[in-house]
Amino acid sequence: MDWSVLGENAGALAQGLLITLEVSALALLLALVLGVIVATLRVAPSPVLRRIGTAYVEFLRNIPLLVQLFFLFFALPSIGIRLDAFVCGVLALGVYTSAFVAEAIRSGIAAVPTGQLEAGLSSGMGYATAMRLIVLPQAIAKTIPPLGNTTLNLIKNSSLVSTVSVLDILGTANLLGARSFQYVPMFVGAAICYLILTLPTAFAVNRLEKRYAR
Amino acid sequence: MPPPVAIAFSGVQKWFGTNHVLVDIDLTIATGEVVVVIGPSGSGKSTLIRCINGLEAVQQGTVVVGGKRLTATGGELAAIRREVGMVFQAFHLYPHKTVLENITLAPITVKRVLRDQAEREARALLERVDLPEKADAYPAQLSGGQQQRVAIARALAMQPKVLLFDEPTSALDPEMIAEVLDVMKALAHTGITMVVVTHEMGFAREVGDRVIFMDAGRIVEQATPQQFFSAPGNPRAQLFLSKILAH
Repeated sequence: MDWSVLGENAGALAQGLLITLEVSALALLLALVLGVIVATLRVAPSPVLRRIGTAYVEFLRNIPLLVQLFFLFFALPSIGIRLDAFVCGVLALGVYTSAFVAEAIRSGIAAVPTGQLEAGLSSGMGYATAMRLIVLPQAIAKTIPPLGNTTLNLIKNSSLVSTVSVLDILGTANLLGARSFQYVPMFVGAAICYLILTLPTAFAVNRLEKRYAR
Repeated sequence: MPPPVAIAFSGVQKWFGTNHVLVDIDLTIATGEVVVVIGPSGSGKSTLIRCINGLEAVQQGTVVVGGKRLTATGGELAAIRREVGMVFQAFHLYPHKTVLENITLAPITVKRVLRDQAEREARALLERVDLPEKADAYPAQLSGGQQQRVAIARALAMQPKVLLFDEPTSALDPEMIAEVLDVMKALAHTGITMVVVTHEMGFAREVGDRVIFMDAGRIVEQATPQQFFSAPGNPRAQLFLSKILAH
């Protein structure tokens, strides 16, 4: 076993780490935007909207992410839609994760007792004001732990983009491992790179959780 | 001349699914009147008062509050609710806001009262419910009785013409019931219209102008407290009273 390959390829791994960070950050942004929209559908007064929201969540979270990614990358070109591997990765990861974000937000809203909304309405606030000032601030606090988990899963799931030739952390380690036959050092290096991203995230989530725990 | 009408139910029917929860309700409450609603659980008492501020919609008949008919539309409904305060069994204080913020939130956001003025009025209300030192506390730091007194101050902050109480002491430990009832008794003498769902017969007797007894969604008896407690006419009311006054 030759650990020196790790030092020699530190630059390439760092480049992979940057790609993983980019894929994860863009996918998280997409997941949050879509997730908030879908969560709003899930708690909407209209049953039709609620059903659309439910269908979206159940469809996306019950199909493996890898299948969704392969669909974008391998299947879409055959119907004339050709997307860059990086873009496929961000789209698949973001859309898949949005289902979990929507669920986290919906359960946060559901965890706020209806009496809170009623107290706001009873004091003459409109529905939107009562949601904004009373229900949502409490829902967000309850949403932090599941959203933190979802974010950690997103970072780890981003390793799947290596299967469609994106040179993220895992893709780089796999490539360099194959080239040097030094798989152990390269995958240990990959694991360390993921921890560099996930541990601070986990720490930040814990901090936020404590700050909003009231 | 009789005092003007504050609340009027006429021909009200309400169902939850197939369950007929309000049956043929006709009820007129005068301005300044203190009406106590009693009856066994599931008799429709809470539903009745939740119809007064539109937290529940009725399927037939009309509810008129302060001359305005309660309809299901947003803006008008909010306008009526500004005049009708509500105190809940489980307090429903906003846990993420201080006592002072709980009281000032609606005046500031709904009535556009300036923060300084809203806070001055809130502190005066806290004096009135005997909690001036709790302005900066969070609800979780207060006892149940203190929370309910803050909830009363919060309802009063909108200067409502009508106050609804939905079993305000039912979630409280016995030693805290008195402090809440004392605040409510003081309020009853200020001329505000009060509709109180409660099991506190002492309160009904002492400050109620009228007692309404409900059973299975109907108002089966209305009387002054003296009449009601000494000689209830309805057999269900007699049975109910014998059960709760026996011990």
